[in-house]
Amino acid sequence: MADIVTTANLQEPDAFYADLVAAHDGLSKDESDAYNARLILLMANQIGDHVILKKLLQEAQRTSRKA
Amino acid sequence: MTKLFEAPLYPYKRCADQGAGKPVRHPVIVIGAGPVGLAMAIDLAQADIPVVVLDDNEKVSTGSRAICFSKRTLEILDRLGCGDEMVRKGVVWNAGRVFFGDRQVYDFNLLPEEGHKRPAFINLQQYYCELYLVERIRALQVAGKPVELRGGNKVVGLERRDDHTALTVRTMEGDYDLEADWLIACDGAGSPARRMLGLEFQGRVFEDNFLIADVIMKADFPTERWFWFDPPFNRDQSALLHKQPDGVWRIDLQLGWHIDKEEEKKPENVIPRLKQMLGEGVDFDLEWVSVYSFQCCRMEKFRHGRVIFAGDSAHQVSPFGARGANSGFQDVDNLGWKLKLILSGKAPETLIESYDFERERAADENILQSTRSTDFITPKSEISRIFRDAVLDLSEHHAFARPMVNSGRLSVPATYDGSPLNGPDASGLPARTRPGSPPVDAPINGTWLLDAMGHDFMLLGLGIEVPPLTELLGLPVKGITLSGEEIGPDLRTRYLGEAGEAVYLIRPDQHVAARWRKLDWTEITGALSVALGREGEI
Repeated sequence: MADIVTTANLQEPDAFYADLVAAHDGLSKDESDAYNARLILLMANQIGDHVILKKLLQEAQRTSRKA
Repeated sequence: MTKLFEAPLYPYKRCADQGAGKPVRHPVIVIGAGPVGLAMAIDLAQADIPVVVLDDNEKVSTGSRAICFSKRTLEILDRLGCGDEMVRKGVVWNAGRVFFGDRQVYDFNLLPEEGHKRPAFINLQQYYCELYLVERIRALQVAGKPVELRGGNKVVGLERRDDHTALTVRTMEGDYDLEADWLIACDGAGSPARRMLGLEFQGRVFEDNFLIADVIMKADFPTERWFWFDPPFNRDQSALLHKQPDGVWRIDLQLGWHIDKEEEKKPENVIPRLKQMLGEGVDFDLEWVSVYSFQCCRMEKFRHGRVIFAGDSAHQVSPFGARGANSGFQDVDNLGWKLKLILSGKAPETLIESYDFERERAADENILQSTRSTDFITPKSEISRIFRDAVLDLSEHHAFARPMVNSGRLSVPATYDGSPLNGPDASGLPARTRPGSPPVDAPINGTWLLDAMGHDFMLLGLGIEVPPLTELLGLPVKGITLSGEEIGPDLRTRYLGEAGEAVYLIRPDQHVAARWRKLDWTEITGALSVALGREGEI
């Protein structure tokens, strides 16, 4: 069964992180929220696999500070 | 001009039961002459089961109300003898547009799957549907079938007794009493029958109001479905525009829960909104306007002994997805053959328990779908709105987001997975026609598979010969054999897949009961016994 990748997999971690933060430059809180939502939906479609998506949703929940 | 829904179609007439001296007992009484009650009566009368329909009204429904009839409903109506009238009058459409705020985000063409006799759905005013059903009842009466439609007969009292229900019926000439072995309550969402028996609608999921209007356009307007999310003329709500026959367009404006219904209905409030919706310069007449409230909920049990609830009286969902009347027809389809077999002594009374299982599952599926649509249309939290808006914004640019846009998922018939009536499945056959599945139509020999099915249990032999008629467990079982070139690509894909041959046992409601890769009469008889609710009797 397909499994999610939780080991380092980004080709350019520093550059991606900088790009992600920079994408929000000059956006209001509402615009940032909308941007994040669009980004999540685009990434979800890229992944496609329903089982993987479910696992990613659970993993984000599991790693919450309150958990 | 008198509108169809203003003329009394089944006016009150005095009947013999009223002067009988003591309550007359009937095998089946149906309360409610809406689409569900009328269809129920036709299904039973066609099989020579005497049935009486009581309705306090004398006319078909006022205004368009249910307007979208799904393929499965049309197939059921074919079996009931009035599918052609529906399809001839109805509007078939495939194109639509989706608006978000003040702009169009995309348009679509549904491109329905080919190889079916009936379209995926038609738009038709409910009053036409009821008219065709009443006409069918009249034709059955002429043919000597035992069906009565009593208008102006309001049920005012119900009392459940051991093996029957006692009814008190009010007419303009006074009250009279009746008894019913079986009582089918098809008296709508507000079901007086449910109230009189002290039964409740359970598990209210949500409630809403809709302003619904029928307008007649004075100039050409496209045959398309237009759906608005959060439009300027109805902020934070939705709106829908649909084409119906006779140049009538149906408009649904979602209003939310805390509103003043009388105020919303006033033409001086309705017309300016419609003008904003249709655009300035579009001339129209307002034919009918109403405010419709709904709750999304269902009865905990659809059957209480020999009192059975079908249609909106048993379950109600939001109008998104056309799951009201369409699921009601499926209730009837499920109930009809079971009652017929029980009343004629061919199946044990316990067969009726499968109605609860199968149709309560179906109602849950409809409530789930309806809840998802409603959550998308009227987001319940800030983050839910953020995602909803993101989907709509993306849908303007990318096809991938469009399947997530949920303005209602059109009613599809339930598959009765796990039903106690299901027999064995064979490996390697398509999942779409597994036991419990609704039938999937396909062209065969210049006609259609569903037209060849009829009203009884049936064997479908694909590449395996089955007898054209046989008797099993005291029941006639029809057989259709197709082989070689008779098995076209649609039939093959839907019933064989990669397999070379198969035998299907089909129920009277055309759902698949069981299937095999070879002919084995012991297996078939066993599956028939299970499908009759006789398991363990042999």
